Amino acid sequence: MADKRIDEPTGVETVGHEWDGIEELNTPLPRWWLWTFYATIVFAIGYVVVYPAIPGRHAATPGTAGWTSRGALAKDLAAADAARAQTRAAIAATPVEKLADNPQLLRAAIEGGAAAFKQNCVQCHGSGAAGSKGYPNLNDDDWLWGGDIATIHQTLEHGIRYPGDEQTRVSQMPAFGRDGILSEAQVQDVVSHVRVISGQEKASASSTRGAQVFADNCSVCHGANGEGNRTVGAPRLSDKIWLYGGDRATLTETVTYARQGVMPAWGQRLDPVTVKMLAAYVHSRGGGEALPAEPAPAPAAR
Amino acid sequence: MPADPMLKLVASTPSPQGGGGEHHEPALYARREPVCPSKIDGRFRRFKWAVMAFCLAVYWGTPWLRWDRGPWAPNQAVLIDLAHRRFYMFGIEIWPHEFYFVAGLLIMAGVGLFLVTSAVGRAWCGYACPQTVWTDLFQHVDRLIDGDRNAQLALDRAPWGLRKITRRLTKWAIFLAISFATGGAWIFYFADAPTLQRAFWTGTAPGVAYACVAVLTFTTFWLGGFMREQVCVYMCPWPRIQSAMLDEKSLIVTYKDWRGEPRGSLKQAKRLPGAIGDCIDCKQCVAVCPTGIDIREGAQIGCITCGLCIDACDRVMGQVGRERGLIDYCTLDDAEHERKGGAPKSLVKAIFRPRTLVYLGLWSTIGLGLLFMLGNRARLDLSVARDRNPEFVQLSNGAVRDGFTIKLRNMEDRPRETVLSLEGLPGGAIYTDEMDASAARRALRFTVPADTTQRLRVYAVVPGDAAQPQAFAFHLAAVARPGEKPASDRVNTEFSAPSAP
Repeated sequence: MADKRIDEPTGVETVGHEWDGIEELNTPLPRWWLWTFYATIVFAIGYVVVYPAIPGRHAATPGTAGWTSRGALAKDLAAADAARAQTRAAIAATPVEKLADNPQLLRAAIEGGAAAFKQNCVQCHGSGAAGSKGYPNLNDDDWLWGGDIATIHQTLEHGIRYPGDEQTRVSQMPAFGRDGILSEAQVQDVVSHVRVISGQEKASASSTRGAQVFADNCSVCHGANGEGNRTVGAPRLSDKIWLYGGDRATLTETVTYARQGVMPAWGQRLDPVTVKMLAAYVHSRGGGEALPAEPAPAPAAR
Repeated sequence: MPADPMLKLVASTPSPQGGGGEHHEPALYARREPVCPSKIDGRFRRFKWAVMAFCLAVYWGTPWLRWDRGPWAPNQAVLIDLAHRRFYMFGIEIWPHEFYFVAGLLIMAGVGLFLVTSAVGRAWCGYACPQTVWTDLFQHVDRLIDGDRNAQLALDRAPWGLRKITRRLTKWAIFLAISFATGGAWIFYFADAPTLQRAFWTGTAPGVAYACVAVLTFTTFWLGGFMREQVCVYMCPWPRIQSAMLDEKSLIVTYKDWRGEPRGSLKQAKRLPGAIGDCIDCKQCVAVCPTGIDIREGAQIGCITCGLCIDACDRVMGQVGRERGLIDYCTLDDAEHERKGGAPKSLVKAIFRPRTLVYLGLWSTIGLGLLFMLGNRARLDLSVARDRNPEFVQLSNGAVRDGFTIKLRNMEDRPRETVLSLEGLPGGAIYTDEMDASAARRALRFTVPADTTQRLRVYAVVPGDAAQPQAFAFHLAAVARPGEKPASDRVNTEFSAPSAP
């Protein structure tokens, strides 16, 4: 089979094989090729010595450079923290209501808040902050406790009905049906009235009766015309936005059993800068309100 | 391409006979035979000098050219600003999203290589390829330090002594200096050259600059100083591709064997008139070859068609009183024609033939297309991304609000006053997340800084009675100063709203 011959044009011997007339020259490899191969071996030995390489039962050989993937990650994280340190310090030094005076700082706070929101808030409020039943939509212009940045910050810091925070926002709607304050018929009447003032139903005999029940039992918190009261977190009932639902069945359930939504006091869980950034982000979602011209005294804000 | 028996593109070392001696069993590894081309003068050599001077001058000088772009952009004529994602070339500035211009240039470079190859064969390899240019430069240094071919060969064979060590160290030092000066200059394309040079020498340049200079100095030193023709023969894919692209109409360096063979000295020619060809076997063509091949063996992969053997042969032919052109640029077709006794054909015909004209047409069409697009591209750009989560927001008074992420791109090197406005969407108004909702308007004004993309969150509000799903458009216009061409852009989008019950 081996039929070696000297190829005439090149003067090189063939390897002696032939496939359909195609032969292969036995051209010697250039010497530097061999040296390159040796160089790669030397490099590999050096690599094994310097970096973690040979797997062991619990860990690989450590390598003289002390490099680890966890260490590299920690270094990267530290570098990222260091890169953010200046901005965070600036946010820490700025009262939340003054953030808007520095557009660049506000922008940074909003971006940081967007990241923190994804970690801490989306579980209830949704990834687009659109909320769901019982968890407010933070994009709209309807606020239970107030929508200026300082008020949002206060809500975030201390939570709502959150045990263990003395300044948490507290209000309690009575369970009118369950506790026998109103009869079943009265509950239906007041539901009719609420559906009338929110423009979902036409006035009826039931709603006329309900208006009186409302004036006697509900207007203290929700206002004479159902306009709500932010100092006690009583929702406005005359608008298009419903936290739990505006249909008859849901309203009946709300009036009968009342609603006691809870939000954690994030001041206990997150650092002050992150809470500020979250306030800036929530405020930027489109429904944020301007600060009151004259800052109201702190207790009134609650 | 059909295999042509005349085209002996042999994939092998240029002179492998010297590899392992004349034994039956060839050695596994072959030592590189030193290539020490002797000095030559002639038209192709002079052309090669000119091309080398031009290429090196362009490469070296370009980063130092200045170009005034006003106070908001760098004033370096050619700058690849990776940090800010901008590519400046004289009056042209390319943003990352306009990378198709670079893709177009690369396609032109590809078609250009087809064009050049079909017209003049491996002219790129012979004259303009950086490997050729630097090898040529370093071979000149060889001759400067060690003397001409014979002295170099003698020194190569000589044992290592003080003289050889001194010579070698001197030469390598010069190689290193050239490599540093030329290879290292690459970094100036990526930053402001005068600033970077100052920083480089004061030790304050970024580490990546020093690393680049180190790597490029080393590769230039190694590839130009030591690897040389082995890069062309073993490493470079281009000669392999070219062996498929050359055809019988391509210009290649041809030894006219019908005129030269049988070879014989002048004495033999005198003794046997008519029996001996024009080639006097002086081996000058081999001596001057920068890749160390013998062109008389026919076309081969080691031949970069630089034409130096033509210069050498022409000189010898002149000295012995024979006609020039025993070795010459010639196509395989013309060679066949001449072999049969035909008159030599004009080179112009070999260059301008349908295939090259088609390539030229294609190449120029792409080039003109790019120029046309360059002249017509907008320097103000609007992009709109609708919020999908939530798609829309129901407001307490029944109005509906949609959110958009909008980018205003000002690609001019000056700040621009722009107006973002609504087209359609009756009753609608827009505001941003940095504004109060009560300040919503049909149109908003933004100052976009020079050479910047400004990202905005824009909210569009439509009152309840008009809040239907509908199409509308955002319109962006630059506030033109007197005498300025108006610039604008518009993007069609959708307004999402709860569908009517």
